[in-house]
Order: sequence, then structure tokens, then C-alpha cells
Amino acid sequence: MSGTLCIDGIAVPFSDGQTIIEAARTAGVYIPYLCHRPGYAPYGSCKLCTVKVNGRTNTACTLPAADGQTVISNSPDLQHDRQRITQMLFVEGNHFCPSCEKSGNCQLQAVAYHQNMLDNHYPHFYAQREMDASHPDILIDHDRCIFCNLCVRASKEKDGKDVFGIAGRGIHKRLVINSPSGKLKDSEISVDDEAAHVCPTGAILVKRSAYLAPIGERIYDGHPISEVACEKAVIKAGEASGYPSCDPTKLAESAQQNGGPDSHYAATMPPAPDIKHGR
Amino acid sequence: MNSFIRSVLAEADYKPERLLQMLRAVQAQYLHIPNAAIEQLAAALHIPRTQIIAVAEFYSFLHLTPQGRYDIHISDSITDRMLGKEKLLNYLAEKLRVNVGEVRADGLVSLNNTSCTGMCDQGPAGLVNGYALTRLDPARIDVIAKLIEQQAPLSDWPPEFFAVEEPVRKPGLLLNQPFENGAAIRATFARGLTETLAEVDSSNLRGRGGAGFKTALKWRTCAQQTATPHYVICNADEGEPGTFKDRMLLDLYADQVFEGMTLCAAIIGSDQGLLYLRAEYLFLYEQLQRVLKRRRDSGLLGRNILGHDGFDFDIEIRMGAGAYICGEASAQIESLEGKPGIPRVKPPNSVICGYQRKPTVVDNVETFFAATHIAVQGGSWFAEVGTAQSTGSKLLSISGDCARPGIYEYPFGTSIEEILQDCGADDVMGVQVGGPSGTFISNRELQRRIAFEDLSTAGSFMVFNNSRNIFDIVQNFTDFFAHESCGFCTPCRVGTTLLKNQLRKIVEGNGAAVDLEELNEICLVVKNNSHCGLGDSAANPILSTLASYPELYLKQLKQSSFTPGFDLDATLAVARRMAQRDDDAAHLSQVEN
Repeated sequence: MSGTLCIDGIAVPFSDGQTIIEAARTAGVYIPYLCHRPGYAPYGSCKLCTVKVNGRTNTACTLPAADGQTVISNSPDLQHDRQRITQMLFVEGNHFCPSCEKSGNCQLQAVAYHQNMLDNHYPHFYAQREMDASHPDILIDHDRCIFCNLCVRASKEKDGKDVFGIAGRGIHKRLVINSPSGKLKDSEISVDDEAAHVCPTGAILVKRSAYLAPIGERIYDGHPISEVACEKAVIKAGEASGYPSCDPTKLAESAQQNGGPDSHYAATMPPAPDIKHGR
Repeated sequence: MNSFIRSVLAEADYKPERLLQMLRAVQAQYLHIPNAAIEQLAAALHIPRTQIIAVAEFYSFLHLTPQGRYDIHISDSITDRMLGKEKLLNYLAEKLRVNVGEVRADGLVSLNNTSCTGMCDQGPAGLVNGYALTRLDPARIDVIAKLIEQQAPLSDWPPEFFAVEEPVRKPGLLLNQPFENGAAIRATFARGLTETLAEVDSSNLRGRGGAGFKTALKWRTCAQQTATPHYVICNADEGEPGTFKDRMLLDLYADQVFEGMTLCAAIIGSDQGLLYLRAEYLFLYEQLQRVLKRRRDSGLLGRNILGHDGFDFDIEIRMGAGAYICGEASAQIESLEGKPGIPRVKPPNSVICGYQRKPTVVDNVETFFAATHIAVQGGSWFAEVGTAQSTGSKLLSISGDCARPGIYEYPFGTSIEEILQDCGADDVMGVQVGGPSGTFISNRELQRRIAFEDLSTAGSFMVFNNSRNIFDIVQNFTDFFAHESCGFCTPCRVGTTLLKNQLRKIVEGNGAAVDLEELNEICLVVKNNSHCGLGDSAANPILSTLASYPELYLKQLKQSSFTPGFDLDATLAVARRMAQRDDDAAHLSQVEN
């Protein structure tokens, strides 16, 4: 089944099996997300892509596109809540962008910029989380984990290894490693695994690659995430150094594999919302 | 340990979907889930150890570190608190020389709070090694403390400590109707399966778990699915604080509940049923197994039921392990598959893709119970009672400030006022209808009615008189949701804790007007963006009391445009203690403007 749906007044074609978010993305319409990734099974936990579909609230990453759907994504209310949800993620963990190796290549940070987030708004939780630097090539900084489940899915679905899992309940969620010691060094992960490169934040990092691209010359330094996600930006090789998963040709390939149409026609994005802060 | 785990695996037939049952057995044996057990189970079941860790950490009654040989939980429902639970808990901690939330150094005893154990009509209540304790008082606690110090086995404890009464105060349409085992199955086959489904349809029976989905539509949809097998699940995870009517049904009417599942199985074409029993109702487990055995022996379960060729159906009981969210149908299915209880993404609905990804009917205990009478008496008998949109009767679990707590059955459309009169409640401040996820009704709205079109409820009905503090109630409910959030989605995982903290700030008198505004805003973010019903209703206690009693909230606020979020002087307490002085000069007066 294929057809057309309408997102914020823009007609968006979709092909069989596409979710709303993928139909939008391949048509150049950006709906923010963190736990979604083209070519991955939908998960629907971060709730950033919450949209109104025919008047009902739903997540664009899990809801199949259907002919004639009317989708509202950029209403002031939805944009406001999106910003708040992003701020919730920031206060839940410990995100020190200025000193983070992932700064400029980080989707969480880029989404926050897109949301025009200027502060954390909520009181910090000051979570106590340990770092796992045991593996020779891969580092896990649990402070930055947002429980998007992408590494879990990557390891299971792409690498066939099941290295990661998410344990705990409620605010006590934690990322766990499938190894006898619970340490990454004793797991089956290898630096070539997709799971080592899929993290949208700086929680899972490949060692000795953090500064191959200098700050200021990274993916989101040059292009807003709304363009990168929709593959409208041409990423120079150096920008994404150490992060092969951000290679746009790969993204395009995976979109192809998912039956995405290859015709990208640009749709103009609305400017960042003007959200008043403070009082 | 090796051989014990092997026996546990054999008992569960090496089926990974029975992981919860296996972990419950391991927990009971070793007082926690040891690493060696995790390794052995993961290898034998071919599942990643992360799944076992995730399950062990998700459920309240499973632990990765050893608990006491007497593991005591005290129910922290608001009704238990109203019966003096806090004092008793402290007394118990003192008697047992253990802090709440800790294991005593000698490993003999551990003491914790737990969410409502479904004994609100006979609280303060608790659990010892999973078994329900009712009507706790200082005298009982003295005896319990002694028995524990003597290391007396539970079988030597006074049986009255474990006695669960089922006070049916006002039977109605269903509870007054006599029933003979097998009658509903016989009537179903005599009338015909399609015809019986039509009766369920014309009865307009709607799901009694609270959501009110039309039962016949659910059953018909499932019956029409081509994928096989089909499953019947009875949702007995009665976790909503203040409700205990399923406890009563399973205690006194288990045969009928199983019969309701059996006739559903006949209609949807299922040969396998599951009863998901909440961990807190462990005391019913053996008794329910005996009922199942008796039904098998009398041809009401098993192969060719009542001589109907090819109608095979049996029921397995699976225990939960302490998680309110497992009352949500898709979370329950995840739990039944041996995973953490995280609600699934919908669509597809469980009726199309449920247990083991097959078409599944999940219905509440009371729904199956009602279906048996409809099968015997017909749809119009049922539809004549109640209102147009809410036919039949509803079982209510009434607790709190009333003379006669217990089970009441009312036709839908009954007013709150009438119910309050029946249970002997006076000087009423308000009623929480439908538990924390339901609605708070102040004494200015008592003419409202129990019905899907007005006040829908799964059965919880908590009464509060004018001596109660509204904030004690709202905080208890808000903390409950933060404790029970599964943590899958951002707005609920983070938002419920933000709500808890923000409410505390205001209640403790540290809030300004802007904080009240913020509280309201967090409510809306959580409500409008969460993944499932828990997040959708987590803010209800605050929102509904904000609407009913705005003046009380305003009274809590500091009358200033700027309010520090903390007490400056209190932060100096450590310094004062170290300096060993407490004179006036060592104190700050909080800056006020």
C-alpha cells in the first residue's frame, strides 16, 4: 500500500511499510527523534516524535503511514512539549556538553538546538552512574545514556550478538552489558559492530577517535539536524570521522533497503519556534 | 545450587516464557537471584543474561542482593496509612531492630514498604515471604517480632494473622444469582457458540478492568483471526490501590471465573488459558490450583470438555512478581513471556497480536465472572440493569473512612451519595473513584454516578472524611506512580519523579506561585506524551485536586515573588554540629522579599 499523507500542510508520499516518521524524513520533512533510526525496528520510547494524527496523539516513529492521514507536528503545543521532553533527558542524566567528546556530533545536543533549548528548566537529578572504560576500544559513559535502546537493537538485530540490555524500573533504569562480569571488556562486542557506533549521545564512544574531527568542524556544527536527518546536508568525510554510521551514503542505502522512495524533494522547514523562557 | 536450578528448569519445562516463575522459586530458595543462577538459567534457556537481570530488577519482589529470611513488606496504600500504618511500620522496625528498606546484619529479617496489597478493607496489611498479613496492630507486631527472633516457620504462626475475610456487604444482580458449575458451558453449547456471542453482544457487557471495551467485539475480533493458536488470559493483577473485588471473586467464585474463561475459549477457539495472578495474592495460589484440579477431574477442563468432541481447554496459573504496570494488558503479556512488564506499542492490539504474537483475549476477572451469568440468563437479562451505555452491575471495593468497608455490588448509574449512605460514611470530604488513576470527587459532587459515561472505575472506591489532609492523599498517589512507572518512555520515567518532587516542594511550603504553575505544566507534559495509561493518569490526583481545591494549594504557597528552593539555615546544620554550637548567631534568617 502506498499513498499520500499530509504533514503540517505538506503533502508527503509514502510507500508500503513506512512509518510516518520515515515517510516524512524521506520527503525532507523533519520530525525530531532520538530513539528512532532508519533501518531499525521502531521502538517509540523517547516520545520526541509525538504528533497529532487525525486529532489523536501518537508517535510518528511507530505509527504506520496511511493514505489521507492528517498529521500535525509543529504546533506550538507539540513544540513546547518536545522541548520539555528534551530537557527531561538532560536533567535525568549528566550531560556536560562543553566537555563531552561527542559535542557537535551528538544527536541529543543537536535536537536540543533544534528545539531552541536554552536551559535545562528542571532541577537536576544528579544521577550517580559509573563509567565503564574496561574495553580496549570502546568506552561507556553511563552518565549520557538516554535509554533509547538503539545499541540493544543494533547488537541484537544487526550484529547478532545481544551485547546490551536495559534493566531496572522507572527512574532506576540502567544500561546493562551481557557479560559474566557485567563489564564491556568481557562481552562479545567489537569495535566494528554497529552497536559501537549507533549511540545518539556520547554514552558509547569509540576510543581514540574523539577528536579526529576538531570541535567546530563536526556534523552539527555545519548543518542543523533537520537537514542531516533528511539527508539534505552533504557531510564531508572529516566531519563524521570516527562515526561511520553518520555516512550519508550509508543512510541513503538503509533508506533504500527500507523501501524509501529515492526522489527527495525539499520541503521548507519552519523556523525554530520562538519559545519564551523564564518569566 | 546446580541441582536446584535444574529442578526449577524442569518444573518450568525449560520454557523461557516461565522465567518469572523460575525466578520466584530461586528468590524463595536463596533470598535473591544469585549470579550463578543467572548464568545457569541463561545458558539453559538460551536467553541473554541481560534479560534475566532486567526481569530481576523490574519486579519489586525479585532482588539481586539477599533479603532477610523473613522478608516483610508493609502496604503503603493511603487507606493503610489512614489506619495508622506509619506508626506501625516504625514500631515494627524498632522491634525487629532493622531500618525500613534494609536487611538486618544477621540476615534474619528485611523490612520494606510496598504498593497496595489489596487488603484495604482489613488493613494495615503486609506480606511476610509473600503471604498476606492482615489487621496488623501493636499486639500482633509484638508476637510477630518474637516469632521471627525464635525463627518459627510461618506454619507455626497463628493462622488468624493470615486470615483474609471477604466481606460481601451488598450482593446485587450477579452475586445474588445462584450458579451451578458447568451451567454456563452447557448453556453456551446448547444455544450455540455464535448465538452465545450474540447474547454477550446484546448484553452490552464492557470490560470490567476499567477501560470498558466492549467484550463481544473483543471476542469476535479474536475469533476471526486466522493466525493460531488463540489465547485466553484472565487479568488478575489487581494492582490499583483500593481495589480488592477480584481477590474476593477468586477466593469465593474461582470456579465461575474459570468457567467464564472456558466459555470464552469455546467462542474464540482457544485451547490454552492463563491466569495472571498478582504476587500479593499468593495466599490464593494453592486454593486456585485445587479448583483447577477439581474442574479437570469433573470434565470441565482438559480434553473434550463435558463430552464436546474437540473442545480442549486448560488453564495455567502464572504469578506476577510485583509491578502495577502488569495490569496493563500488553505489559502483562510481556510479563507472561518472561520479560519486564513494558506496555507494547499499539497498533497492533493484543487481540490481533498478543501472547506469543498470537491473537489473545485479555479480560478482567469480573468480566469472565459476568459472562457466565450472561451465558446462562441471556443478554437482555443483563442489559435491563444499569444505564444505556453501561449495562449490568459493578462490584466496588469500598475502603477508607466508612463504618462498613467491603464488597458492594451496584447497578451502573448508582450515585456516589447512595453508596456512601450504604457503607456508613459521614462527614465526607471526598471520594477517590477508580483508585489513584481515577477521579477525586469532592463532597460538592456526590450526585455523580458510577458509569462509563460519568465515573468509570475498575472497582476502587476510597472514602475520606473531613479530618483527612488532601495533600497526604495526593502525595501518596503521586509517589505511587513514580514508584510504579515502568520507565520505558521519557515523559513518564522522568516526569513522574519531577511531579513527586515539585509537589513535595509545594506541600512543604517551599513553593511560590510560579511553582504551582510549573506543577500544572509538568502534569500536562506527562499526561499528553506518555506511552500508556499509567503515564496518562499519573497526574490525575494532582489535576483533579487542583480543580477541586485550588484554595488549599494556594494556601501552601509562600507569599513572595521569589522563594528559595531550599532552607538556607538548614544547610548549615552540619557546620553547627561540627562547631558544636547552636546559639542565635549560628543561625541565618531566611531572606524574604
